[in-house]
Amino acid sequence: MGEKILMKGNEAIAEAAIKAGCRYFFGYPITPQNALPEYMSRRLPEVGGVFLQAESEVAASNMVYGAAGAGARVLTSSSSPGISLKMEGISYIAGAELPAVIVNMMRGGPGLGGIQPSQSDYFQATKGGGHGDYRLVVLAPSSVQEAVDLTMEAFEIADRYRNPVMIVGDGIIGQMMEPVEFKKEIDPADLPKKDWATDGAKGREKNVINSLFLDPRELEKHNLKLKAKYDKMKEKEVRYETYKMDDAELVIVAYGTTARIALSAIELAREKGIKVGLIRPISLFPFPEKIIAEAAGKVNSFLVVEMSAGQMVEDVRLAVNGKKEVYFYGRTGGMVPSPEEIVEEIVKIGGAIK
Amino acid sequence: MKEEIIMAGFGGQGVMSMGKLLAYAGMKEGDEVSWMPSYGPEMRGGTANCTVIISSEKIPSPLSSRPDTVMVMNLPSLEKFAPMVKEGGTILINSSLIAKEVERDDIEVIKVPANEIANELGNSRVANMVMLGAYLARKNIVKLDTVKKSLKDVLPERRHDLIPINEEALDRGAALVK
Repeated sequence: MGEKILMKGNEAIAEAAIKAGCRYFFGYPITPQNALPEYMSRRLPEVGGVFLQAESEVAASNMVYGAAGAGARVLTSSSSPGISLKMEGISYIAGAELPAVIVNMMRGGPGLGGIQPSQSDYFQATKGGGHGDYRLVVLAPSSVQEAVDLTMEAFEIADRYRNPVMIVGDGIIGQMMEPVEFKKEIDPADLPKKDWATDGAKGREKNVINSLFLDPRELEKHNLKLKAKYDKMKEKEVRYETYKMDDAELVIVAYGTTARIALSAIELAREKGIKVGLIRPISLFPFPEKIIAEAAGKVNSFLVVEMSAGQMVEDVRLAVNGKKEVYFYGRTGGMVPSPEEIVEEIVKIGGAIK
Repeated sequence: MKEEIIMAGFGGQGVMSMGKLLAYAGMKEGDEVSWMPSYGPEMRGGTANCTVIISSEKIPSPLSSRPDTVMVMNLPSLEKFAPMVKEGGTILINSSLIAKEVERDDIEVIKVPANEIANELGNSRVANMVMLGAYLARKNIVKLDTVKKSLKDVLPERRHDLIPINEEALDRGAALVK
């Protein structure tokens, strides 16, 4: 440990899960994240874990439900269409208040879409996706090292709140190689005992894991308890990074790989004398609305860049709350925006505000 | 220092391994590196390619639209990537397979008979290393020695018997440019 190695994002996330004490993986193959289950199928047996390729995504997500209920750290991964299929299990896991980590290496949609990188599952990840009043903590890495760090953290957050956590990457994060360092390794035997788990009731009261509440008064009570948990996440789990905000007149808001491309665009724009900064949401839920609201008091305008037709832009507009103009630039279908295209947009906006 | 490099060729010409080796060596020398396989719509059209970025600072975009250097192993790659090279940049051409001239006078062109040299060494599959050797001699981004030392990290263990011929191929490529 401590030594840097060059790894693909998909494999690095898998190794990070193992280092976080995850010993169970249930999944079903889909491009562009197959390197992740492939890695798990090799590594988990080495550490006494279980890798299982299920008969379907629905089955895999219900296996995650079962393992999480038994108190284990458990991971599943997929890409957009596969995540849609897993939504049944994800809603149940959220309803039953179980910790689990789900990885979505997003590809273009809707439907089968394509296999190229995309960020068009933002709504699905942050606003529900499955049915019912629930939230996932959603984390969006922009480098392979950050994917490692956030995966390890995701297991902690999931346990802390008894809530599923989703890591969203665009296909690029999964396929690219960068140096990574694994800073710690957790032995599952050292993890705190989960006294709520259904792991055998011999000698104690039985535990029940359930998402069915037929009495509306009971269900409302449950919903309010969940709501209180989501409010606490909003207070404690907001993560973001800012860049060159001190003198920025225009702020780009972007996450994941798009935020990296935006950094290149900022360099180019500043060479032209346009002062541009960046706010990079790392947690998509809870959304870093405070820093955006604060920035709205200082800068002239916002430009949201996404690999989608415009999803996160809605949350940025809510945070800006009409104080400043919020522009949008997106590429879809697996097309990746170039720094030059973003600069063109910046120049256009510059013309509009002067 | 920041160098953006695109390597391209037919699938099977070892373009991805060239990139990995270069990225690994950059990392060993303490630089920031990224390696990005052909992805996005450019992967269509019969070529495999990867982008490697080596920088003394944190790397913003891992993609490159104006590479400093392009290494092309076959003709379709030349046609696709020669127009992208940054003004004043460098293109290395596998002249064993590419007869066509580069129609630009604002970039440096280096011709490397990679397959001929690899065949002389007795293994046509080390043509990629001949090309990489030439690149390393031309641009002092990472040391040839570090690249050689990285072979054992990039080649799977069952291929470690090929390390000497790979080293030789790197040297022959470097000798062309020196």
